[in-house]
Amino acid sequence: MEEDALNQSTAAEADISLHMLSESPSGSVVIYVVPESSTVLPEGVSVYVGQRRTALLRAGGQMRVAVALKEVLASLETWIKQVLQVMSFSHGDITAALSDRVRPGDRSREGLADSMRAFKSSPGYEITFSLLNPDPTSHLLHWDVEAAISSYIQPLLSKMAPVANFSIDSQILYYAVLGVNPRYDPTLNAYTLNADSLSHVINPVEARLGSSAASSNPVLNFLLYVPDSRHSPLHITDHRRHTVPSNAFSSPRWGGIMVYNVNASGTELPVDVHIDMRRVMGVFLPQLRLMLGVQSAAPPPGFLIGPCGNAGLADWELDRLMWTRSVENVATATTTITSLAQLLDQIGNIVINDNIAEQVSSAVASLQLAVGQLEVGNLGLAMQYSKEAILQSERAFFDPSLLHLLYFPDDQKFAIYIPLFLPMCVPILLSLLKMASEVRQRPGQGQAKKD
Amino acid sequence: MGTAGVSASCINMASCSSLKILTLLSLFLSPTIVETNNIEAKAGQFFSSGHTNNWAVLVCTSRFWFNYRHVANTLSVYRSVKRLGIPDSHIVLMLADDMACNHRNPKPATVFSHKNMELNVYGDDVEVDYRGYEVTVENFLRVLTGRLPPSTPRSKRLLSDDRSNILIYLTGHGGNGFLKFQDSEEISNVELADAFEQMWTKRRYNELLFIIDTCQGASMYERFYSPNIMALASSQVGEDSLSHQPDLAIGVHLMDRYTFYLLEFLEDIHPSSTTNMKDLFKVCPKSQCVSTPGHRTDLFLRDPGSVLITDFFGSVRKVEITTDTINLTAPMVHLEDTRPVRELRTEIQTYMDQLPVAEIIHQKPKQKDWHPPDGFILGLWTLILLVFFKTYGIKHLKHIF
Repeated sequence: MEEDALNQSTAAEADISLHMLSESPSGSVVIYVVPESSTVLPEGVSVYVGQRRTALLRAGGQMRVAVALKEVLASLETWIKQVLQVMSFSHGDITAALSDRVRPGDRSREGLADSMRAFKSSPGYEITFSLLNPDPTSHLLHWDVEAAISSYIQPLLSKMAPVANFSIDSQILYYAVLGVNPRYDPTLNAYTLNADSLSHVINPVEARLGSSAASSNPVLNFLLYVPDSRHSPLHITDHRRHTVPSNAFSSPRWGGIMVYNVNASGTELPVDVHIDMRRVMGVFLPQLRLMLGVQSAAPPPGFLIGPCGNAGLADWELDRLMWTRSVENVATATTTITSLAQLLDQIGNIVINDNIAEQVSSAVASLQLAVGQLEVGNLGLAMQYSKEAILQSERAFFDPSLLHLLYFPDDQKFAIYIPLFLPMCVPILLSLLKMASEVRQRPGQGQAKKD
Repeated sequence: MGTAGVSASCINMASCSSLKILTLLSLFLSPTIVETNNIEAKAGQFFSSGHTNNWAVLVCTSRFWFNYRHVANTLSVYRSVKRLGIPDSHIVLMLADDMACNHRNPKPATVFSHKNMELNVYGDDVEVDYRGYEVTVENFLRVLTGRLPPSTPRSKRLLSDDRSNILIYLTGHGGNGFLKFQDSEEISNVELADAFEQMWTKRRYNELLFIIDTCQGASMYERFYSPNIMALASSQVGEDSLSHQPDLAIGVHLMDRYTFYLLEFLEDIHPSSTTNMKDLFKVCPKSQCVSTPGHRTDLFLRDPGSVLITDFFGSVRKVEITTDTINLTAPMVHLEDTRPVRELRTEIQTYMDQLPVAEIIHQKPKQKDWHPPDGFILGLWTLILLVFFKTYGIKHLKHIF
């Protein structure tokens, strides 16, 4: 049956037929080795990575003669390692997850940029979609954002439910302008925003976005800006003055902005504009994947990564995310508890409530369970335990009762107590001296009396 | 400036013209050299500073009308920081007293920072997060370490992460190793250093800039031991920070010298300027400040010359052009309107009588229940009786009973 599936014409179809045959559990990778003569993989492509957890690997030229399994595996070893690094996790991924504990000089520039881009692991995220309309008199904008979110964004977030909770909202802002004046470019017959000035676009808008005040979770903002009629059309150009086809940019750990040009060529203002949400979500979705840490570095040569499917997230990408997030959670929880222990060692007279002690012990228990599950490879359970460990350790560390304000340096202690006790000690000392001299005199008197 | 110097030193016409041509040429040449360097610098800027967001914690620790200058100091820094891009949601502003609406303020709703009322730093969109008696050492340390009760609103929290650059500005009255809060408590330099260490262990900052404008301010940063902290102070140990100028109409000193020259320096900075920290260290030399400003950079990993002012005072975002798009082919599923149709209410609504004045005016006073006399009265009478019987003897009792 698998032979039939692998005899399909394209790799994508073969992938889909293979799924229907078996379901691979979370955390596993199934590699199908096809002979070199097979046509399922296109020319020049050695590995096709599918939507679920399968990969198709083309065997090398030296596999013509039938040999033992061990030699087969030995010759394919380098390729298999590369497949695992792409689909599961690599040394770089784990180093990035432990980025807080790795010295900054040890990481490359690309590693630094990657670690700055995605949000840190958090139990929940808030996502806000905003439509900015600076010119309501010219454009009457209609966007069916609820349908778009439920069709394109919600499947991704539901698939990522084991990793974190997400809450989505949307808003429309009128008379919200960008902080930068675009320049008119006669060659393009359009207005342009250069990449250098994009850094200053976000700040004036952010004050009006109203980041949600309900929780302390990180907020991702996705803005859709429709330029006013005086500055239409508006294109974003990169450093080399080429226009960007997506007309969008993103800021690490903040969100993304897309500029949507409309043809306001109607005679009567305001012009009714129905925004093509598919195109918009086609840009916001990869930005969202970047922010959440799903995207990875460019694959090695000879690899072809298949499209991510309806949910916008391949199964192996979710596995990789769960590996790295579990490791990150375990590392963060361990550091938190260690620093809490150090803090309590330093302060001798702090009072630790029972609930903090309970939270610490349950965090330690969850950590041990999470590490055990990671060793076995049960990603779902490991993720769950690591999230519990993080929650408990953060609650214990940030408990309001642990604030210590009692700092008594030694010289201040002397300065306080000496003026109190010294005057009291003077008569005590004097009377002690008097008693001592009396005791010394008594044998003398006794002798005198005897005489 | 150059041409002015040339005209001042002009002796005869020939030397004047040649000098003028030389200065003009040099003026034209230098910008082109600077521009090529700028493009490279901007390309590498993404990687040079490792921060993605900026926070600011601005604290004024003194109350009473004659400490007007401390509130004006803090508000000037607040104004600069807002102007350079940091939003209110990322600023924690703590003012120990309200000078704008103080009953001694001859110009209410204003806080001026220049003589002759040139600059009103209070503005009309000030958001004070901790005000009045909420500015205590405990609250300040809670904000820094994050140990706030769960009911604290988001605007009162410092929600920084490991990629945040934080600017902390303290002003008030201080001494050797301490800073006075509200005239009733102090924070010591060891507590502050410990708080920063707690922030570092939880990675609540990427880099921290600490500025303090008090007397003997340098003593407050002596004890820091966490990495990535840069500190500036307005005066060394043993010196006093002096105030700048009194205003005769308002009747108090308006600003402290160090912050006054700091504000002047910051007014020249705009969000895309490339001025670095070395220029900030030169602000307010001894000739202007009378005290010697100090700074500490040994804990900072980067070279101060490569740190931009806007890395801490502004909020310059890193941006990346989006190159990948996904071609979505599935059609959009339109949600049915699941909201129930509301029936129209048919009953007439009336307002309830909120303050029944007629009843209150004609009300009779309520009869209070009788209570036995209080302890004090009882004790007093017991004392009087005891004294009477002590003086006149106990045998008189039989006359009474």
